[in-house]
Amino acid sequence: MLKYIVRRVILMLFILLCVSIVTFSMMHLVPGDPAKIIAEQRYGEGVTSETVEWVRKDLGMDGAIAVQYFAWLTGVMQGDLGYSYSTDRPVWKEISSRFPATLELALAAMLVSLLISIPIGIYSAMKKYSIMDNISMFAAMLGVSMPNFWLGLLLILFFSVHLGWFPVYGRQDVTSLVLPAVTLGTGTAAVTARLVRSSMLEVLKQDYIRTAYSKGLKEIIIIYKHALKNAFIPVVTVIGLQFGALLEGAVVVEVIFAWPGIGRLLVDAIFARNFPVIQGCVLIITIFYVMINLLIDILYVWLDPRIRYDNKL
Amino acid sequence: MHDIETKPNENKYFHETSFYILKRNKPAVLGLLIILILFLVALFASYIAPHDPVKTNLPHRLMSPGSEYPLGTDNLGRCIFSRLIYGARTTLQVGIVVVGISASLGVILGAVAGYHGGIIGEIIMRCVDVVLAFPGLILALAIAGLLSPSLFSIMLALALVGWTSYTRVVRGVILSVKEKDFVQAARSLGATDFRILYQHILPNVMAPVIVMASFNMAHVILAAAALSFLGLGAQPPDPEWGSMLNAGRPFMETAPHLTIFPGLAIMITVLAFNFVGDGLRDALDPH
Repeated sequence: MLKYIVRRVILMLFILLCVSIVTFSMMHLVPGDPAKIIAEQRYGEGVTSETVEWVRKDLGMDGAIAVQYFAWLTGVMQGDLGYSYSTDRPVWKEISSRFPATLELALAAMLVSLLISIPIGIYSAMKKYSIMDNISMFAAMLGVSMPNFWLGLLLILFFSVHLGWFPVYGRQDVTSLVLPAVTLGTGTAAVTARLVRSSMLEVLKQDYIRTAYSKGLKEIIIIYKHALKNAFIPVVTVIGLQFGALLEGAVVVEVIFAWPGIGRLLVDAIFARNFPVIQGCVLIITIFYVMINLLIDILYVWLDPRIRYDNKL
Repeated sequence: MHDIETKPNENKYFHETSFYILKRNKPAVLGLLIILILFLVALFASYIAPHDPVKTNLPHRLMSPGSEYPLGTDNLGRCIFSRLIYGARTTLQVGIVVVGISASLGVILGAVAGYHGGIIGEIIMRCVDVVLAFPGLILALAIAGLLSPSLFSIMLALALVGWTSYTRVVRGVILSVKEKDFVQAARSLGATDFRILYQHILPNVMAPVIVMASFNMAHVILAAAALSFLGLGAQPPDPEWGSMLNAGRPFMETAPHLTIFPGLAIMITVLAFNFVGDGLRDALDPH
């Protein structure tokens, strides 16, 4: 187990190094000369070439790319992601002030998603091919196919505008969290419900479940004591993957509900061509995502003794 | 099932049973039908659309659905129905281009990584790991945003992110097929690498790739609509479902049809591809 963790952490560090290279190189995707664009943002149109060169030096964009990269990476390691062009605050401060809002939204959405998907998945598996099973699996398919920005707008229209139950946008109290969390959680709920169902069906076919039935155990005990534990092993992995989906979905949901999270920060930065903030957001979101996935992988191995012993970890 | 003996060609038999299973799957048939209609609509948009999709007509702005404008008009008096019809073109174009590029690139790289292996295979798979380390939409968002906002940018961004899952799956299939007896037999008969790949391995790869492409189509259409909704994709006045939805937001209270119909169009299209993907998986997966 320890050997496995060490190996995974080393692999993660390698991946993060590559991620940093990709994130750094993204700047060079910008059509034209970034230094000139930035100089024009700062000093208006028609800047002289001296000013552009001065800006280039100021931003550390002169010299070989490798040198630039290592200078940037050294800064990143010390928590220096540069300064936001629009507010002149350190990018790190901008991101860390927005991050809790996104985390809150993602966790609430995860909660919504699990509360919906697990009971539905279990029920559908137990009553396979019943009317309720068909209805819930169709609903799950709708949930997967629905654009979350559309769902969000419909929820606002109905619950905020017509019924006035929830605020239309912003982040004030718990009520303002409800609609964004439901919007974000629905898509993942649909995916999870389908997975819980198929995973549960797989487990219910096993010999030890049949044994439990033939022993005369009550169904509820079989489901909760024998089946669920094993059915949840694949679900754990998917929850990890879904955290990525939630972080992606959060971007759109935060824009619709004017939620002051990192996703909206990223979108605003993209339109303002605020390069250090774009870079910082992508880097921090990805690091967070990679770490969550590492944790889930370790948890998965720990949960499933078959993998633990087979591979002699 | 009773006519197994009458089918001498086993391969043909396999495809006919697959088709048979697919045909019995009602949602999949419905999905195929919707996709067919969408293609026809996109192809003959100029004949079907009752109005010009980009011509503004301010006196007719924000009209409710009625006989002249079946789905009403938007804030510039443009016919929403016509815009949706032309939007089908954009949506299918983005989907096909992105899925086409990702699948071809992914299959080729996956084949190299699986069949050839070695250091090149290792490099390819590490690249896959790195791209998959990013939450896909975030990376696509940043790439599309750093390039100038346009349909081309989001297609490029989504293709750059999308090839990786094909590579992974194709490599996995090839690794397991490579060691099978029929491949070894072909090799011992002196077949070239190209022939082995093309004749013996590729047919095994096609089934999972087709299933993936169908789901990928659904995913790409959703992602492209989301990026356009954020303003990074299609630019006004071009009709695109995601950007139409965004344009309708300010009028949500007074004219909800501006947001409802484009969203419905996106959902039905994505649903169709998901249904087909589900059906294909059941039909082509031997398990």
